[in-house]
Parts: sequence; C-alpha cells; structure tokens
Amino acid sequence: MERVSGLLSWTLSRVLWLSGLFERGAARQPRIMEEKALEVYDLIRTIRDPEKPNTLEELEVVTESSVEVQEINEEDYLVIIRFTPTVPHCSLATLIGLCLRVKLQRCLPFKHKLEIYISEGTHSTEEDINKQINDKERVAAAMENPNLREIVEQCVLEPD
Amino acid sequence: MKDSLVLLGRVPAHPDSRCWFLAWNPAGTLLASCGGDRRVRIWGTEGDSWICKSVLSEGHQRTVRKVAWSPCGNYLASASFDATTCIWKKNQDDFECVTTLEGHENEVKSVAWAPSGNLLATCSRDKSVWVWEVDEEDEYECVSVLNSHTQDVKHVVWHPSQELLASASYDDTVKLYREEEDDWVCYATLEGHESTVWSLAFDPSGQRLASCSDDRTVRIWRQYLPDNEQGVACSGSDPSWKCVCTLSGFHSRTIYDVAWCQLTGALATACGDDAIRVFEEDPSSDPQQPTFSLTAHLPQAHSQDVNCVAWNPKEQGLLASCSDDGEVAFWKYHRPEGI
Repeated sequence: MERVSGLLSWTLSRVLWLSGLFERGAARQPRIMEEKALEVYDLIRTIRDPEKPNTLEELEVVTESSVEVQEINEEDYLVIIRFTPTVPHCSLATLIGLCLRVKLQRCLPFKHKLEIYISEGTHSTEEDINKQINDKERVAAAMENPNLREIVEQCVLEPD
Repeated sequence: MKDSLVLLGRVPAHPDSRCWFLAWNPAGTLLASCGGDRRVRIWGTEGDSWICKSVLSEGHQRTVRKVAWSPCGNYLASASFDATTCIWKKNQDDFECVTTLEGHENEVKSVAWAPSGNLLATCSRDKSVWVWEVDEEDEYECVSVLNSHTQDVKHVVWHPSQELLASASYDDTVKLYREEEDDWVCYATLEGHESTVWSLAFDPSGQRLASCSDDRTVRIWRQYLPDNEQGVACSGSDPSWKCVCTLSGFHSRTIYDVAWCQLTGALATACGDDAIRVFEEDPSSDPQQPTFSLTAHLPQAHSQDVNCVAWNPKEQGLLASCSDDGEVAFWKYHRPEGI
C-alpha cells in the first residue's frame, strides 16, 4: 500500500511539474528563459542563408521572437525555434533547419533538447519539412553527405 | 522506482560520437556496439568490468546504424549509412568482413537475422525492405525487394520462431511480411501511431509485438489467427493484428527503442528524454486487453538521448543501453516486490 501511494504521489508531482503548475522558483523563471533565448538567438542570427549573401537575421528568417526556451528541469532546457524561410522552396527550408540544428548542437553551452519548426502558414509542405528536420537520424545522415555538409559548414561559419 | 535499475558500469564506447545501437550475442557473453565513428566494437567481461575485445574499423565509410548477430553466434551483420551491410565472421577475438551486401539506394537503417539463420532482412531510407538468403557456402542472394512502405524504413525484426518479418517506418506504420509461394508479401499494415515508428520487439511467444514511436507512445499489438475465439476478423488465411494496449503519458520525448526480455517478459524503452523505463504486464490482466505498469524509471540514465536498450538473453535482469553521448551503460533490473 505504501509503495502504491509513493508511486501515486511521485506520478502526481511529475504530472503537475510537467504541466507547469508545480511551483519551482516560478518568479525567477521568465528572466532566465529570456536570457537563454537571447543566447540562442545570438548564435543563430549570424547563420548565412544558403542562397543569398545575407544572414538569417538580415533576411528576417529568424527574429528574437523565433526563439522560445522552456526549463525541462534544473540545468536542462527545451529550445524551440520557429523560422520563416524566404522562399517556399522545400530543400532550402530543410537546409536552413539543418544549419540551425548544427550551429546549436556545436555552440550552445547549456544542456538542451531542440525542436525546429517552420512558422505556421509559411510553407505548403511545412509538416513534411518539420518532420524531417526534427528526425535526428535523417539529420545525421544528411550531414554525412559531403556536398550537403560543405554547404552547411559555409552557412554556420563564424564571421571574422 | 530508481532502485529497480542499478548501474553496474559505463564505458565510453564511441568517444566524441554517438552510440546508435547494441546487440548481445546469443550466448550473452559479448555485446556489439556501433556508432557515428563508423566503427563496431565488441565488449566482453574481464572480472567485474567490461572491456573492448575487438574493434571492427575497415567496414564502413559512414555511420554504422545497427548490428545483429546470427543465431549461431559466429557472424555479425552491420548496417550503415554508406548504403551497405557488412557480414563479419568471428574467429575467436577477430572479425573478418566476408561479404558486403549492396543494393539499397541510400542509408541502410536496420539488419536482422531470422531464427533459422538462413535469412537476413535489411531496410533503408529508400523505402524498401530486402530479404536475403544465405547458403552453406556463405553466399548471400537477395530473394525479395519489398516496396510496401511509403517512406524511410527504420527497423526490421523477425518473429522469434516463425519466418515472419516486421518493419517500422517514418510513414507511421508497421508492416508484416511472410513468404507466399516463393515470394515475400506484405500481409498486414498496423496503423495507429501518429508519427514515425522507430523500433519493434516481439514478446517471447511471438504472439505480441511492441512498437515505439516519435508520438511518445508504445503500442502492443496482438496476433489473431483465423477462426480465433475472440471473433476478430481475418482476411483469408492471414492472421490479423490488433492494437490491444497503448502506453501513453510515460515518455516526454521520442521513444527510440523498445526491448522485450525473452526470459522475463519485461519491456524496456530508450527515450529521447535521456531516461530508461521498464514496464511489466500486470499478472491478472486480460490477454485481450493487457495492462502494463511502470516498474522502473531512471531519468538521466545517460547525459543525452538513449538510443537503444538490450536485454541480455541469458542473464535475467541484465540490461545494456547506449546514448548520443557515446556511452554504453550496463544495468541490473530488479522487479519491485508486490507487482
């Protein structure tokens, strides 16, 4: 009986925590999330567009409001990025998604899980693209393609 | 809940890379691991620790995604993003690549050996599942190319005792295949998952199949033969499969692997939230509507996504896991009392 009630209270607190209702320094959270979101944005805004000689920020593919950070638990965060591709071209949108993922995987200093989406309504096949860019096996295989890898490397190269 | 899974040890199996998959040999004495460093490593025990006994490095040009031992334990197959599958022959601690299977158009995602030892299955992002026959001279021949899935095929697994094959796909379905008059056909499609199905596992009897998905659920499917007592409709002489249980609300991210212990029936999952979970079927549950309880939950089992969990085939409760952090961990599972 003890074990059952222990399990029940554990489950309950977990459900409440996951749904954001469990109070854990709630007042402190919004500021930390904003700081973290800015850290993320600072890394992605300088990524170059695969086609044009401009950064994603210059082309407004990403803006500060593209980044959302949620706390999963202490020292672990969920980063959600919603970007707006300039052209409704499938492969370019996928390429941008790839660049975002690679840049953050390499440079973001805090422990995180990453979700990348095309902003709703900006693309006809957005569900297809979102599924691909969030499939880590597909991303890993794409990065082993030398041509694709070269393009991504050029896009994420830090400006001098 | 945490005490049900005790850490026995960790090894940095694929440093600076990710470890994608693990496979115990049939004797339960060796563990093969493979990863993004394009290598396969063979681990064995020396006293209390796990040491690397062999490194198979000249086989592949890209990530090795999965490995599978033959039922006799003398061969190891490795599936790679380089579109090939290598067959390695074991000679004591040495492994020699004896054949390379080619044909898939792009990344091979999985390889599995049938219990008879005469058949091998592979699947790929090219949407196909290939069935290969092996003869006594170690010659491999592709006997069927199955194009039933509409997207990337992630995993293939054979039934534990029958020549029945199952595949899991990015198209959100599971398909089942059997041989019919000299050719392989898809005889069932299991729909229900709302996103990519990453892995599959048959229960010890082969009557049930577990599938895990990007939709964060595990589904249990049961086979119903024609003229079954429950009145489940079957088409002709083909068995029918029905989803009899869905485990939802337990995993907070994609579930990459599910493993069904052939000794105890315990179900382990590998999740993108870095945790390992174990479920056990409630003994009093109705076989047509089974219920499973979470008996172990270890958050932060690894520092990154857990990609694979594998039960040792001979030693009860011994579980191996691997992660994007490149590590392999060994665990002892104790079923909690009162279950």
